[in-house]
This record gives sequence, C-alpha cells and structure tokens, in this order.
Amino acid sequence: MRNTSLTQSVLEGNRLALSRLLTQVENESSDGRAALAELFPHTGRAHLIGVTGAPGTGKSSLVNQLTLYYRKQQDKRVAIIAVDPSSPFTGGAVLGDRVRMRDLSGDNGVFIRSMASRGSVGGLAQTTAALVQVFDAAGYEIIIIETVGAGQGEVEIARLAHTTLVVEAPGLGDDIQAIKAGILEIADVLVINKADRPGVENTERALRSTLELAHPTKRVFRHHGQAMSIDAPEPDSKIWIPPIHKTIATDGTGIAELADSIARHAAHIRQNGDWAVRDRARLGSELEAVLQSELMKRFFDRVQKEKYEAVMEQVIQRNLSPYEAVNQLLNGNPNQEK
Amino acid sequence: MAEKKIRVLVAKPGLDGHDRGAKVVARALRDAGMEVIYTGLRQTPEMIAEAALQEDVDVVGLSILSGAHMALAPRILELLKANGQEDVRVFIGGIIPDEDMPRLKEMGIAGIYGPGASTEDIIRQIREAINK
Repeated sequence: MRNTSLTQSVLEGNRLALSRLLTQVENESSDGRAALAELFPHTGRAHLIGVTGAPGTGKSSLVNQLTLYYRKQQDKRVAIIAVDPSSPFTGGAVLGDRVRMRDLSGDNGVFIRSMASRGSVGGLAQTTAALVQVFDAAGYEIIIIETVGAGQGEVEIARLAHTTLVVEAPGLGDDIQAIKAGILEIADVLVINKADRPGVENTERALRSTLELAHPTKRVFRHHGQAMSIDAPEPDSKIWIPPIHKTIATDGTGIAELADSIARHAAHIRQNGDWAVRDRARLGSELEAVLQSELMKRFFDRVQKEKYEAVMEQVIQRNLSPYEAVNQLLNGNPNQEK
Repeated sequence: MAEKKIRVLVAKPGLDGHDRGAKVVARALRDAGMEVIYTGLRQTPEMIAEAALQEDVDVVGLSILSGAHMALAPRILELLKANGQEDVRVFIGGIIPDEDMPRLKEMGIAGIYGPGASTEDIIRQIREAINK
C-alpha cells in the first residue's frame, strides 16, 4: 500500500489501513510522519478523555463500561488507547487491558489499540499523542486514553486529554495521600470505583475534604522545561469543581452519571475557553518535544564521534562538568580550535 | 526511528479454562523483548481476528487444550485472511495429537508446541518466521 493511499483509506474508514498506520506512527517511521502531516488538518474534532489511577483500581473495566454507554446511548464512535508499561530491561511488554474489554468485541464503532510505554515515564508512550491524532482524523468522536497504572507523578495525561478521570478504589490510602501534589490535582472528574467494597465512605470523605481544601485555580504547564502556571479563565465563569462519582465497573452502576459529568465538563471548558487553552498547551508541548528530538538528532548527525567521545571521557575523568561539556560541544573550545 | 517491535497476540480460543501455559509463553515473549497483547480466556475466533486486526500484530499465538483445534484453527486462519492479514503467522500451543499436525501445518499454522516445548524454541521460531 502506498502511503498516500493508506491515508486515504484511513479517512474512508478502512480498519486495516488505520491499524497499519497506527503501527507506522508508533514506530516513528518516515512514512508514518508523512501520513500524520496529511491527516493533521483533519484533527481537532474529538473529545479526548484520559483515564488514570493506581494499578488495580479498575480503569480498564471502567473504560469498557463507558464505551458501552457511548455506543448504546449516544451512538458515538469510540477509540481506546490503552497504555501498559514496557520492561525497562528487555523492552518487552505484556499488554493486558483488552482482557477487561471483551464486551466491546464485534462492534465496528469501537477500535481498541494497546500500546507499550517504550521507555517513557509519565504514564503515556512517546507517540500516544500522535496515535490520538490518527484516531481523531479517522473520525472517532470520543478517544479514551488509559494510562499505565499510575502512582503519584504520572500526570502527563492531563496535558493530552480534555477531560481527565482519576480512578480511585476503597482502601488505597489515607487523607495524607489525598493532599499530596500530583495525580489528584489533575482530576477533572474523580471516580471511586469498586464502590461495593468496604471503606468506600472513608475514601469518599478523604477525597471530599481534599477538594474543599483547595480546588485548583491555576493550571501548570511545562514550558521550555520550566513550570509555568496560567490562570484558569475566570472570573465570570464558575470554577469547575471536580465531581466525585461512585461506580461499580463490573456491573455498570454509576456509569450514566459519570458520562453525564464528563459531558458537562466538556461543555464547561468549551464555554469558558479552557478547551482552547488546553489545545494550545497540548500542541505547544508536542511541538517542543518534536523539536527537542529533532535538534538532538541534528546534533548527533553533525558532531564527530571522536570529539564527542573525548569530551565524554573528560566528564568521566571529572575534568569537565556536564554543563561545560555541553558548552564545548555546542560552541567549540576556543583554546583548542583557534 | 524506533526499532520495529515484534507484536504478538496471545489468545485462548474455545472453552477450556486453563491459561497457565498461555501466560508462561506471554511472559517469555515479553522477556525476549516482544510486545505481547494478552486477551484472556474464552475468545471466539471472531474476537481473536478482530483483536489481531486492531493491534496490527505480526504473530498470533493460540493456546488450545480442549481438542477443538481442528475446528478453531482453520476458522481463525480464514478470518485473518478475510481481513487482509494473511501475512500474520499463527502458532499453536497445547495438546495436539501427532496425527493432526500435518494437516494444521498444511493449513498454514507456522508452529505447533506441546507440553515440554522450550520457550527458547518458540522465541527463535517466531523470529525466524518473521524474518522470512
């Protein structure tokens, strides 16, 4: 299949073409990049929903139920990207999120793609955002991104998604866990799954008191490696306070209410301008990431290997600090070169 | 450009509920650096072919202990072909009587492994099949 025709087939709804293109994009092949360029003008329509939370809180089962809901009640086409970790030692991975999504089988309006994190930290893979673009261009109206089982710092998803769900389960931690920075701060909607388990009242109380302590009025982004905060659009629009939902993903309890909150959140951020702010921030950090890797590549294409090794050796000998070394590699050493 | 990872779907079609073998193989392939999509128990041939399509896998590994391999294997091969994925290599692990092996191979099954098969052999033969 030639690539232009591959892109064309994707736009026409060919599932095999879509799947092959996802692989090319994930592998960052030049064909994949060319296809992304062709597809990019078709993106920007989908509602991106992030689902994150600790391992075992029931993210995959929740995604399964939410998708069933969108299919049955709203007839929306849903794409799911489920990220699981790669082994840091072998690079291999077991991707098991599909096990919980068997109800979605046999429905052409759903496309599930598993992704290995391939060395990225932050809960997503390097190319997750690019895969989202492919699904967006292919006309999926809802794109659900499920992160790896996240601890406290895997907050990358908030940069990618319009609406971020943080999934908790009873019995995972006390209220000190709930006031730490990180994952709870990025929640647009909080979900206490497994709500039929004992301890659900305690979890709910802890989350509620956290929300009362502070709901974010600022949005923090990494910009040129610096944390920068942008005031959330105010003052006339009401501040969004993350609702807390109790669900039982194995039988669908609470899913309709959750979907309703997600829709209200989308409407809210469209109305107050935060949707555009998030789009901007997302594309901005994507641009930065691509620029970074291209600059690195360009640098390594040009630098002489011997020179690089020599400077590196000096760092290892403690003759140069890494900063001095970089300075020398980028600007040359005036003492040696002239 | 990132290196091309070998993607493998490990699936258990049919009704027997023993997935230890499938999990051992999944884990071994992971340790060999492959990306293994694990689908769980009691998959229909349709579900397996659909997952293979969505995941764009290079290899499908079927674990069959029920004796239904002569019904399940050809059906899965047929569905893969119908989806345009005739290039996907299909391997079977499980309890397969010797007399069925030639016919399975003839259908296009790339490798068959019984109890006691070494995971190293499986890994090596998957790599060989893909580079062919």
